[in-house]
Amino acid sequence: MNDMTPTREQRTAVLEGMGCKRKRVEDIRFTQGKGTYVDDVKLPGMLHGDFVRSPHPHARVKSINSDEALKVPGVLAVITAETLKTVNLAWMPTLAGDVQMVLADGKVLFQNQEVAFVVATDRYAADDGINKVVVEYEPLPPLVDPFKAMDADAPMLREDLAGKTTGAHGPRKHHNHIFEWTVGDKDLTDAAFRKAEVTIKEMISYHRTHPSPLETCQCLCSFDKIKGELTIWGTFQAPHVIRTVVALIAKIPEQKIHVIAPDIGGGFGNKVGAYPGYICAAVASIVTGKPVKWVEDRIENLTSTSFARDYHMTAEIAATKEGKVTGLRVHVLADHGAFDACADPSKWPAGFFNIVTGSYDFPTAHLAVDGVYTNKAPGGVAYRCSFRVTEAAYCIERAMDILAQKLGMDPAELRLKNFIKPEQFPYHSALGWEYDSGDYATAMRKMMESVDYAGLRKQQAEKRAAFKRGETREIMGLGVSFFTEIVGAGPSKNCDILGIAMFDSCEIRMHPTGAGIARMGTKSQGQGHETTWAQIIATEIGIPADNIMVEEGNTDTAPYGLGTYGSRSTPVAGAAIAMAARKIRAKAQMIAAYKLEVHEDDLEWDIDGFRVKGLPEKTMSMKDICWAAYNSVPPGMEPGLEAVSYYDPPNMTYPFGAYICVMDIDVDTGVYKVRRFYALDDCGTRINPMIIEGQVHGGLTEAFAIAMGQEIRYDDEGNVVTGSFMDFFMPTAVEAPHWETDFTVTPSPHHPIGAKGVGESPNVGGVPAFSNAVNDAFSFLGSTHIQMPHDFWRNWRAAKELGVFV
Amino acid sequence: MIPGPFNYHRPATVADAVKLLASLGDDARPLAGGHSLVPMMKLRLATPEHLVDLHGVEGLKGIRRDGNRIVIGAMTTQHELLASDEIARSAPILHEAALLIADPQVRYRGTIGGNVANGDPGNDMPALMMTLGASYRLEGSSGARDVAASEFYQGAYFTALEPGELLTSISIPAPAAGHGYAYEKLKRKVGDYATAAAAVVLTMASGKVATCTIGLTNLAETPLSAEDAARAVIGTGLDAATLKKAAAAAEAIMSPAADARGPVEYRKHVGGIMVTRALTRAFARASS
Amino acid sequence: MAKTHVTMKVNGAEVEGLVEPRTLLVHFIRENLQMTGTHIGCETTHCGACTVDLDGMSVKSCTVFAVQADGSEITTIEGVANADGSLSALQEGFRMMHGLQCGFCTPGMIVRAQRLLMENPSSTEAEIRMGISGNLCRCTGYQNIVRAIQYAAAKINGVEFQEAAE
Repeated sequence: MNDMTPTREQRTAVLEGMGCKRKRVEDIRFTQGKGTYVDDVKLPGMLHGDFVRSPHPHARVKSINSDEALKVPGVLAVITAETLKTVNLAWMPTLAGDVQMVLADGKVLFQNQEVAFVVATDRYAADDGINKVVVEYEPLPPLVDPFKAMDADAPMLREDLAGKTTGAHGPRKHHNHIFEWTVGDKDLTDAAFRKAEVTIKEMISYHRTHPSPLETCQCLCSFDKIKGELTIWGTFQAPHVIRTVVALIAKIPEQKIHVIAPDIGGGFGNKVGAYPGYICAAVASIVTGKPVKWVEDRIENLTSTSFARDYHMTAEIAATKEGKVTGLRVHVLADHGAFDACADPSKWPAGFFNIVTGSYDFPTAHLAVDGVYTNKAPGGVAYRCSFRVTEAAYCIERAMDILAQKLGMDPAELRLKNFIKPEQFPYHSALGWEYDSGDYATAMRKMMESVDYAGLRKQQAEKRAAFKRGETREIMGLGVSFFTEIVGAGPSKNCDILGIAMFDSCEIRMHPTGAGIARMGTKSQGQGHETTWAQIIATEIGIPADNIMVEEGNTDTAPYGLGTYGSRSTPVAGAAIAMAARKIRAKAQMIAAYKLEVHEDDLEWDIDGFRVKGLPEKTMSMKDICWAAYNSVPPGMEPGLEAVSYYDPPNMTYPFGAYICVMDIDVDTGVYKVRRFYALDDCGTRINPMIIEGQVHGGLTEAFAIAMGQEIRYDDEGNVVTGSFMDFFMPTAVEAPHWETDFTVTPSPHHPIGAKGVGESPNVGGVPAFSNAVNDAFSFLGSTHIQMPHDFWRNWRAAKELGVFV
Repeated sequence: MIPGPFNYHRPATVADAVKLLASLGDDARPLAGGHSLVPMMKLRLATPEHLVDLHGVEGLKGIRRDGNRIVIGAMTTQHELLASDEIARSAPILHEAALLIADPQVRYRGTIGGNVANGDPGNDMPALMMTLGASYRLEGSSGARDVAASEFYQGAYFTALEPGELLTSISIPAPAAGHGYAYEKLKRKVGDYATAAAAVVLTMASGKVATCTIGLTNLAETPLSAEDAARAVIGTGLDAATLKKAAAAAEAIMSPAADARGPVEYRKHVGGIMVTRALTRAFARASS
Repeated sequence: MAKTHVTMKVNGAEVEGLVEPRTLLVHFIRENLQMTGTHIGCETTHCGACTVDLDGMSVKSCTVFAVQADGSEITTIEGVANADGSLSALQEGFRMMHGLQCGFCTPGMIVRAQRLLMENPSSTEAEIRMGISGNLCRCTGYQNIVRAIQYAAAKINGVEFQEAAE
């Protein structure tokens, strides 16, 4: 060995593999404005489509007159439900087993519903056209309050379902009822409540909000009449699913549909579903023979393409006087809007809400969810969370604080007392999940020590005393949140979308010079897959990450996958990547053995290649093996070095974390200040700590926005009153708090690299931390629960109702 | 979200602009910074057939001292206001308030003339102008006239501007040396209009408030001058009881709308608090 | 509607085009000039994704008509890199400090930050946060954007960048 021989550390460093804060590959193009987003794709002769939308939340459509619109220069066609009926596309199936109008068919069911689609030579002419379409409506009484949806005299919204007593998820109790979903042992749980020394009960609402990525939903459809092929560029988090859906509903052979998801400007769940814009643009392209682009504006985005949350959760906990929980009972009233278009795995009408037992060892629990129709936009997407998991985490984390208050216990202490213990894993929850791994108490204690929890409580006590003496008008809250997520959907035994199992995939092709390309069924929307996927491969096969190109989003080249949402990319595709890489390494080992003239078993892996056991100088690098794979493979072996893996996960993964928010609230104005926010995340093995930190910052900022004011609100008449970034709370750099991050590492035992996923944890854990901080601040004045969002005026109202202004 | 079609005019002089506005009548709108008008046009809530862009008009820009008055051209942007030493020296409340208007990009384009002239109750400058005792120069085909800010606002988006008239400059009597000032604005986030805001300018003599004016933003259909509240503090040392009295007097004239910023009761309540806080801060800043 | 001829200097190059008076500057840049780095995120002057530099001012190009920019000088994200094609201090800072994720707000954010640092090269954290408050980001929570701008400021000022302690 001479001095030029790289050390093991140098050989490892050059790979930029797992654990490395690798700088992102994507940033080279994004920082120069050279990303390619859907609206950047332009085709010759391209047309633009735009929607005529309903001003009414509930009305009969008496007539649609397009005569004047068709006279507008540049307007070529006006598509209505009648047009779509000729191709049997006036309605489309939803992911939740319901059907949804593509364009208003006799009726509109929410404000801004799509009524007609104007196709024109450019977006200016299309906009001129929509202003000339005359629609005659007969307004009907709107149903806004989900608690009144099942009243005997509630207006019937879905006339298409009249008389149907069974839906996709079982019996319907009322003409506005969608499903009832129950989990758990009711008798055992009821018994636990009868025996309980202490119980709490609270209706905890999680308001309707919206993911609102900075790039709205959009697509460009191009139908080639000669070949009979349809190409769709779109903002799709799950391009393969879109291809299959189009094949099924448009009756185009699937091999003739090319779906391309180029760079995506954020998704957060908004870009999972199929929207009328996609169908209309595709039909318009088929009708006109020209490419047709549809780009929604921000108002349309906020008011029509999906929503999130809108869960009204009545939670009850049974416990002993000492604070040991003995039972959990939850009923959810779920407002699904006009159509049940929730983006959940097909068999899960309320997603994985049955993770609602959280991080605690509940001996028994029972959950019932009723979904109802209202005159609001359809959707129900997982806004930066696994399916309905943030609702569940919010429900249990608020309820635990309420129990602590009733018991006179510290909320952190109550949690510590009830955590599932490390030795209980794999842990079978009362509502049916098998938690893979966790060390909750360690994470909790690390959080408490890091922020000097005891000191903060002391400070709070002093501040409360000062408030009562009239020396300050500021109150202080500590919001503790300990969440367990359930991500990585999911095992084929219980997860599918429209019948397709929720596996994911990776294909790796190594080239002769020691470089390669890897393709996955996932689709990054900012998560940095091009960077991190290459890091997994680098560690697994010893090729520098810089030499691995990662490609996603083109259904013609990528292996079939279910896409990116629900923090499933790392748990599912990340595993597929490791497994495909291991297939590459297995073949490489055979080639190396042949070249080194030893038995395979005499080789051992060493960072970037194989070496002969006991003969450390006798090595063959992966780079050299790649070359050999194309010219001198063992007799009988096929040349080349490629592998595909389709990974069906054996279980979900269960990331967890301990968060705390320190907040001060001025009772006179309701204005709050986040003094400090500390987030400890345990996402198992950490692939790129820089990207993890970025994900946590972003998720916390979204959680902050949601908890403190980000709301899709309807007035009593069914009008959306938060349709722009003026009223829909979107924090700027001035409002966004400073974030402190920390971690522990408890790998997933069933995942090939032990990773659990992190993208959504901060949203799931962050919302309860903020809300608990507000509630904790007010608790000494006698309040038990204050509903979100906690914007200034609502904080003031809480203070007023607690009598601080007398 | 595309504006309807219109004809574009870019006059070079005030006379030409006024002539255009007069001849085009109701179908024409002057275009200043455009940050109120253009979004309305995109929503097609405004569909003018003609836009008369004032960016090319000479003489509408600039900040100058005219004796004991500060004269600001209508097309002076908020950004220029913030960069002006004259404003920082003579009317620092305008500097403080301009920083609370919209966001940096909007301040590069948004003009003081547009802010005061369009009658939007959410705009910050009108209440400040009332507080400072400013007057507006309005020029039309029949000549020029000066209207006091306090006489200008008649209702939401309804002002003393006659059809064809253009607001060309603002004239502000320079506040007395050593005056105290403050603009307190409660808003939900950067870029929002005020939930409630209060402007205070006061002078002191022998430890007591000698003169005081108070303006209120977004607490009624027009900006308000809280005269009773101002009278309540004159002659006092601004003790707690006086502050309470002033806030109550100010609240008595507020009639905000309920909106996403909060219900009427809340907006009035915080309106009173903004008055209290602005008075307190202005008082602390003033030299006797 | 009759079209108007406009000329302007975009990223140092003279360009021209025919536009309707109502053509928004952002559409002129994206559609006529085919420079798609400038994005559209809200159309109501809130998000700042469409920010360009117009005659030394950061402006939201969705709220300016192309005819208004006739004769002006414009810099878009495509004109930000160094003359030799390497990343500018800001572009480098965004990459080094992980100041972007989906990349959609990034062009507007960088163009805005460039003007901010020209006006105030020694901006404090609070001034940076105020300075970029007309640009919304949904991914990063801004903390790393602030660090990215601080990194660039240090580089521009020729001082060593000190990462803030976590």
